[in-house]
Amino acid sequence: MSFLTSFVNGLSLGSIYAIIALGYTMVYGIAKMLNFAHGDFIMVGSYIIFTFVSTLGLHPAVGVLVSIVLCTLLGVGTERIAYRPLRQAASPLAVLITAIGVSYLLENLALLIFGADTKSFTSIIPWSGITLAGGALRIQGVTIVTIALSVAILIALQFFVHRTKSGQAMLAVAQDKGAATLMGIDVNKTISLTFAIGSALAAVAGALLCSAYPSLTPYTGAMPGIKAFVAAVLGGIGSIPGAMIGGLVLGIVEILSRTYISSQLSDAIVFGILVVVLLVKPTGLLGKITQEKV
Amino acid sequence: MSNTNQTAASAAPASILKAAEGKRRRNDLITFGIVIVVYAILEILMKTGLLSSHLKGLLVPMAYYAVVAVALNLCVGILGELSLGHAGFMCIGAFSSALFSQIFQNSMPAAPRFFLAFVIGVAVSALFGFLIGIPVLRLNGDYLAIVTLAFGEIIKNILNALYLGLDSRGFHASLQNVMALGLEPDGTVLVNGAMGITGTPHDSNFTIAIIVLLLSLLVVRNFIGSGQGRAVMSIRDNRIAAESIGINITKFKMTAFTISAAIAGAAGVLFSHNISTLQASSQYFGYNVSIMILVYVVLGGIGSIRGSVIAASVLYLLPELLRGLNKYRMLIYSIVLIVVMLINWAPKAVAKRDELLAGFRSGRKRKV
Repeated sequence: MSFLTSFVNGLSLGSIYAIIALGYTMVYGIAKMLNFAHGDFIMVGSYIIFTFVSTLGLHPAVGVLVSIVLCTLLGVGTERIAYRPLRQAASPLAVLITAIGVSYLLENLALLIFGADTKSFTSIIPWSGITLAGGALRIQGVTIVTIALSVAILIALQFFVHRTKSGQAMLAVAQDKGAATLMGIDVNKTISLTFAIGSALAAVAGALLCSAYPSLTPYTGAMPGIKAFVAAVLGGIGSIPGAMIGGLVLGIVEILSRTYISSQLSDAIVFGILVVVLLVKPTGLLGKITQEKV
Repeated sequence: MSNTNQTAASAAPASILKAAEGKRRRNDLITFGIVIVVYAILEILMKTGLLSSHLKGLLVPMAYYAVVAVALNLCVGILGELSLGHAGFMCIGAFSSALFSQIFQNSMPAAPRFFLAFVIGVAVSALFGFLIGIPVLRLNGDYLAIVTLAFGEIIKNILNALYLGLDSRGFHASLQNVMALGLEPDGTVLVNGAMGITGTPHDSNFTIAIIVLLLSLLVVRNFIGSGQGRAVMSIRDNRIAAESIGINITKFKMTAFTISAAIAGAAGVLFSHNISTLQASSQYFGYNVSIMILVYVVLGGIGSIRGSVIAASVLYLLPELLRGLNKYRMLIYSIVLIVVMLINWAPKAVAKRDELLAGFRSGRKRKV
């Protein structure tokens, strides 16, 4: 039964990675940039919830809502101020370094405001969960909510991207910015919308991550951010189902290797899987191969 | 390979090549001159006791970060592939050389021991650069970047979990704990997992670090100026065109990547022989260190070797010297970083700057 418990825990962590990766893959697919600050949006979202719920004593739902709204604004604002002016820059590295700058900025702002000490985050999901198989398998409430929410988000995003006009605009911009502009699509607005969705998802992921692993520091978001990017690459950048699969695979592998192999080597194994997958399929599990033309 | 060189050389008029060669020589001399003059000034300051002990401690790190920045610039600027795993190569160089120095700590004089440790550190990181390059260089763009990051993290993680001991029966390795080594009573633990390697002799100093920096500059400049270097740059500029004139893409990419890894390893040797406890921690060898080095390279100018050295030195010292501002220094650093990138790279800002410069120049002319 301990295998099942680990597996469910892996599924839960994987769902959190998947939610972050969904946002990451959309942002990457459209803006074609490695947004190193994405993980820090998770941290910012968590601190906002922490402030509203633990410090001000408001209802968790209010905290989550405020966090989502503020993170959305943060994402859109960051794109507008720091990334958009560099979109046509001579080197793609320029916007990458700016993203690193934004990441440093958010981490150090949090350090300044909240201090370096670990804050213990109270779970926003009070439900204690269910017990299966006569007490052998206990599933926490936050685990169930996380898994359900990630599936719901996946379905909603798939519907949004393929069935709505804004979603179609996103696909068009991701494929060819120039052609999309010619078709009358407002590229700036579409990219802003993508950043809004990505950052809102980061806020949701932050709430779930800190409910499952209740310690919050200014660097909480960095590693999950990187792992989620790895998940997005694993599934094939730009592919929404790919991000989901990549996230789940990563989470399950991480928890299982932590339980059965070595807690110190679990990260090495997770990154090793990425290497192996990219060797076999250089564009990820569900990525499309684009032919390079002269 | 000699074939490609000859065709490349005969295709361009000799006079152009000669002029380029002369310019390159001058450039190199300036770079070496800067390093040597700065070294002399700092050395004099140290001898006269004008440098605080805190500042003195920063000199060797400044030099080895300059060395890694040169290595990464070879990869990012000349080869044109974004690597986020150079801290990993540094880690390999640091551990392999420290291991050697520790084993021969009492059975060899310091100078030849450090020389051999240096050779071993560089060779082992070159080997890993080669091995990692085989899969990594098949990818491109951001896929390549994330896989180098993955390899860097794997290296750090494995070294963090590695236990290595030596006793009368030979070496023992384990990935679990010290007990699993099963050492005889006379054995010593060389690598103690997350505790790393302790007691590496302090064989590197500022002078050695500067010599290594000059050496790496020499290697990189020579490589860039050689036929191989030109082949690598042609791959960077247009892979398909380079391939179509018969340049062996894989081979030249591998060469550049391996040299880059080897130089990063050299920096690692300096690192491990300047610190008493060597640990594969995120603080020293995590992906954030690779990113920090990338920031040096980009701010110094992608492809500009001299720029990398200057940017690494200044940017390493800057936050350290701002310690007085304590809490705010990294905040200031990050804001400066964002603003500098926006001013330097945003097309609108660049156009505005060129316009201002043009106005300034024509204004000066009118006065004359």
